[in-house]
Amino acid sequence: MSNTKFILGVYEDEDILLNAIRSIRTAGVKIHEVYSPFPVHGIDDVLGYKRSKLSIVAFLFGLLGTSLALIMQIGMMGIDWPMIIGGKDFIPYPSFVPVIFELTVLLAAYGMCFTFFIVSDLKPWAKPRIFDLRITDDKHVMAIDLDQNKIDVAKIDQILKDNGASEVNQKNFDED
Amino acid sequence: MSSESVIREPLITGRKTVHDVTEDISKRVEEKPTKLWMLAMTISLGLFAIGAYTIFLLLWHGIGMWGLNKTVGWAWDITNFVWWVGIGHAGTLISAILLLFRQRWRMSINRAAEAMTIFAVICALMFPILHTGRPWLAIYWMFPLPNTFGSLWVNFNSPLLWDVFAISTYFLVSLIFWYIGLIPDFATIRDRAKNKISKSIYGVLSFGWDGAAKTWSRYETVALVLAGLATPLVLSVHTIVSMDFATSVIPGWHTTIFPPYFVAGAIFSGFAMVLTLMIVTRKVYKLEDYITIQHLEMMNIVIIITGSIVGVAYLTELFIAWYSGVEAEQYAFLNRATGPYWWAYAAMMTCNVVSPQLFWFKKIRTNIAATFVLSIVVNIGMWFERFVIIVTSLHRDFLPSSWAMFYPTFVDVGVYVFTFGLFFTCFFLFAKFFPVINMAEVKSIIKTTGEKAK
Repeated sequence: MSNTKFILGVYEDEDILLNAIRSIRTAGVKIHEVYSPFPVHGIDDVLGYKRSKLSIVAFLFGLLGTSLALIMQIGMMGIDWPMIIGGKDFIPYPSFVPVIFELTVLLAAYGMCFTFFIVSDLKPWAKPRIFDLRITDDKHVMAIDLDQNKIDVAKIDQILKDNGASEVNQKNFDED
Repeated sequence: MSSESVIREPLITGRKTVHDVTEDISKRVEEKPTKLWMLAMTISLGLFAIGAYTIFLLLWHGIGMWGLNKTVGWAWDITNFVWWVGIGHAGTLISAILLLFRQRWRMSINRAAEAMTIFAVICALMFPILHTGRPWLAIYWMFPLPNTFGSLWVNFNSPLLWDVFAISTYFLVSLIFWYIGLIPDFATIRDRAKNKISKSIYGVLSFGWDGAAKTWSRYETVALVLAGLATPLVLSVHTIVSMDFATSVIPGWHTTIFPPYFVAGAIFSGFAMVLTLMIVTRKVYKLEDYITIQHLEMMNIVIIITGSIVGVAYLTELFIAWYSGVEAEQYAFLNRATGPYWWAYAAMMTCNVVSPQLFWFKKIRTNIAATFVLSIVVNIGMWFERFVIIVTSLHRDFLPSSWAMFYPTFVDVGVYVFTFGLFFTCFFLFAKFFPVINMAEVKSIIKTTGEKAK
């Protein structure tokens, strides 16, 4: 059982939030994470997050879909049970195009979405840490983990307030 | 933060704040079902029950219960199938193609339009499943599964099989696209929930969403890539549906113009259905500030464009039939326009080509009553289009002694009624228990295009 202590800066406006993140990070305070009710444009840059690699995941799953579709169709029509249909070849590639396309899209989409669920820990039985109930309504919350910062609590309080936080709260999570 | 020209009309009126968006939309999920909703639900469940009885008759006695005959082997079943799939095109088009084009007006309507897509595709799927007569065996004929009849596989040369893959992929991808958009909004409702049951139900539905910046960043990548994948998918689905006809050698079907013509028709009917549903929803849920006249006008403009493409396609078909010099082709079109089904052809021309031209007048395309009436007219027209293409091409085939007419039986009508019951039951359940507008997306544009920012 560890006791994690967070200090929370509540922000009303996304532009004030972006400026606050910038100056708080330059002041040397480590930000645990920022929680928002909607995607804030440009927040990954100021937080220093790299671009998500999920598009590459989608591409790779797409390739898998293309190959599976080809292997399946060639295997069934050309190898396992060849039949003459409408005078076409046993392996008529043009006829394979629709199924190749559909399976490419299907696997790319589902592969990417399930990777997203796994890396972001999204699952029906998840028990999320809810820092503030208003995060999903209209408030942006900046969480600062006190274990990761050597700076005095009162000082962090002051930095948050100076940068436009409308409230500063504390929250503890008892978890294993 | 980006800002927008003051000349542009605000997309969200009524000086809404971010908190107002949460209130206005979540309130509808949290309130007790109204009398009006109960009434609407009763009616649609009634249609569902009547239809279910005819489906029972159909499965018990067989496909002979439909009015099909030796000459007209495809009629209402595939007409209804293509009609519902067409309607199902608007939702993913709105959320995918309009996302790629950065059209912000999509944000107020994409949720409901996607829901409509999913329910319409479910209704469409009823027909290919039921027309097999014994759906519990059909899984072996439709999917490439090993079976006990020898390792005889499905035929990948057949457009009907492409259709199985196209429609099921479209359904699954639309479903996950819709669901990913719903997750943050379910979290909003979870965090507002007062009682334990709804808190845990929406907690499960929201997948433990916490609104972290990292997750939002990934979420936006996922949405963009899904939009990129879904855009060609939307266009491919009706293309493949049209190949069910275009790859045959039946005069009236055997044309290369079918894929673009069907896709335009699908978008046309889909937007009309979105309008029909949204005009009612905005009225009942008082969402006039979110779905403004401007939103309706934009959709009407899409209807003029696609309606005109469809009109050009009808005329091109006639021209090519004449120009090809193929007698059978020429007769098929002459028969379509002047034969015993001239009334269906006339209904199609009036509803699809003439009536949407009224939207050139700004007064009409910004008038809610006129838009509502025309949106229904368009969908009647689109049903006739499919009926005309299918039945008039078949009923006078190559052998005049087997020429016939098609008369629907009450089972034909009943199965169609069933899909209406199913569609509206699903839609009303959605409207009551799911947030009908994408709150998170609308919140993200309040500061740039809300009325307060202007």
